[in-house]
Amino acid sequence: MAAIVELHGVTKQYRVDGKDVTALDGIDITVERGEIFAIIGYSGAGKSTLVRLVNGLERATSGRIVVDGTDVSGFTERQFLRVRTGIGMIFQRFNLFRSRTVAGNVAYPLRVAGWPKERRDARVAELLDFVGLLDRAYSYPDQLSGGQQQRVGIARALATNPSIVLADEATSALDPETTQDVLDLLRKVNRELGVTVIVITHEMEVVRSIADRVAVLDSGRKIEEGSVYEVFAHPRTDTAKRFVSSVVHNEPNAGDLERLQGRHEGRIVTARVGEDGRLGAVLSDVARHGVRFEILFGGIGALQQRAFGSLTLELTGSDAGVDAVIAELRAITEVKEESR
Amino acid sequence: MRNTWEGDVHLPLLIEALGKTGYMVSLTLLIGGLLGLALGLALYATRQGSLLPNRAVFAALNVIVNIVRPIPFIILIAAVQPLTVLLTGGYIGTERAVIPLAIATMFGFSRIVEQNLVTIEPGVIEAARASGAGPWRILGTLVIPEALGPLILGFTFVFVAVIDMTAVAGIVGGGGLGNFAISYGFQRYNTEVVWVAVIVIIVLVQLVQLLGNWLARKALRR
Ligand SMILES: Nc1ncnc2c1ncn2[C@@H]1O[C@H](COP(=O)(O)OP(=O)(O)OP(=O)(O)O)[C@@H](O)[C@H]1O
Ligand SMILES: [Mg+2]
Repeated sequence: MAAIVELHGVTKQYRVDGKDVTALDGIDITVERGEIFAIIGYSGAGKSTLVRLVNGLERATSGRIVVDGTDVSGFTERQFLRVRTGIGMIFQRFNLFRSRTVAGNVAYPLRVAGWPKERRDARVAELLDFVGLLDRAYSYPDQLSGGQQQRVGIARALATNPSIVLADEATSALDPETTQDVLDLLRKVNRELGVTVIVITHEMEVVRSIADRVAVLDSGRKIEEGSVYEVFAHPRTDTAKRFVSSVVHNEPNAGDLERLQGRHEGRIVTARVGEDGRLGAVLSDVARHGVRFEILFGGIGALQQRAFGSLTLELTGSDAGVDAVIAELRAITEVKEESR
Repeated sequence: MRNTWEGDVHLPLLIEALGKTGYMVSLTLLIGGLLGLALGLALYATRQGSLLPNRAVFAALNVIVNIVRPIPFIILIAAVQPLTVLLTGGYIGTERAVIPLAIATMFGFSRIVEQNLVTIEPGVIEAARASGAGPWRILGTLVIPEALGPLILGFTFVFVAVIDMTAVAGIVGGGGLGNFAISYGFQRYNTEVVWVAVIVIIVLVQLVQLLGNWLARKALRR
């Protein structure tokens, strides 16, 4: 795969009341062509700033930014206008032009790019069909629901056939169901049109449902990056762990554990369930060591089409027997023994 | 002439005065309105963080507007006298009154324009920038339509103020309804004539306001 957006040692400082505020600090990120790349972080982490550097709505204080093979770091505002035609952007609050119809909103970037009227009309119809709003072409934005408005926002962002779409909290103003619809649409944009999508979010659920890879941002620094599966399975930083635990509830928390340990005498272990699913093979054979097992807690789902989850088990038997079972489990997956 | 309304004497005078007022108001709104719109756009665009931020230009425009705007209209007439003479060649008449009227309108309207434009959501401007539109294109194609409803209401406000000012301007030779009320009513102790002029002005203002409200509602689609 080839890189489509590269940030090398990018730093951004704002001057506020005579003092420098560092919004981004030495960021290195490479987004591959055709992927959905998520950037997650808490409020103020610098996510919006980062994504706005890509299309030049903000300028980096230092560092290098390469978009589609072109180093845009030193670009003037005028040079950026052309770059922006190749990058669509969608926003948390949709930012539609209230004075224009749905069709007028979608046509705006085409007018800017100088498309003749017939081609423009045809393209607008095609886009509205793609987002399922052909029948609302002559409505005004304030006559549409939030989800519909975001669809218009997506159609507008796609108008000039960009190779990149930037989505800054595109679903944060929507209810859960509409969020899924919009995420499905973004996935369709990525899969059917081959558009690279960079998604900014503070919701791990968004990352889980559409992203291929994710970077975690904290106070202007990139603290973690990897495939979504990797980051979910092995979050290294506390921030990443907190994000993961906000959507993954397979593992018992402290309260759950206390309750379980109050009711169960045996040793309690939590084993990760991976995609190869050999846990059953070990468990069906624990009697060999004179050990019995009970499933106390857990859950298994899918993440990027791979099984993902964990099971918390009570193992009863001799210490040596239980030790042997734990060793066998450790040979195939990660196992954590919950201390009493 | 007695101190009452006499149709055969006063009606032709009233109609002529109405015509002059209409002429002065139209010319004033055309010139002052366009210049005010341009000045308002310039104030909006050069403000910090806006489309064409320029500290020096903004500060200069801001100071000029702040100086001119509070000058009472009657004093403005006197103050711009040299300019008026220069532009109209000393010609006394309706056009002469239009110079101070247009200046007052321009500066008054510019603030109203600026105030309405700054209420446009920054996100909307950002969306236009993200789609590759340059600052001049955004100023030319997006900014005014996005604030059209409030701009029409602001223009209506200025329209009414101009009708008011033309009455004063009449005294310096502009003619019109104000002049009619003073010359044929007040100065001749003819209260009825004054009241007819007042009623005509009230009706005029009501009509303008209704029209403005209607247009603004259409622009806002409510
Ligand atoms: N125009 C600006 N002027 C000064 N400081 C700014 C500006 N824009 C952002 N910042 C600062 O930079 C930091 C990062 O802001 P940014 O908007 O990128 O965060 P974010 O991760 O997008 O947050 P949120 O989730 O709340 O949108 C914050 O400390 C913010 O106060
Ligand atoms: Mg943000």
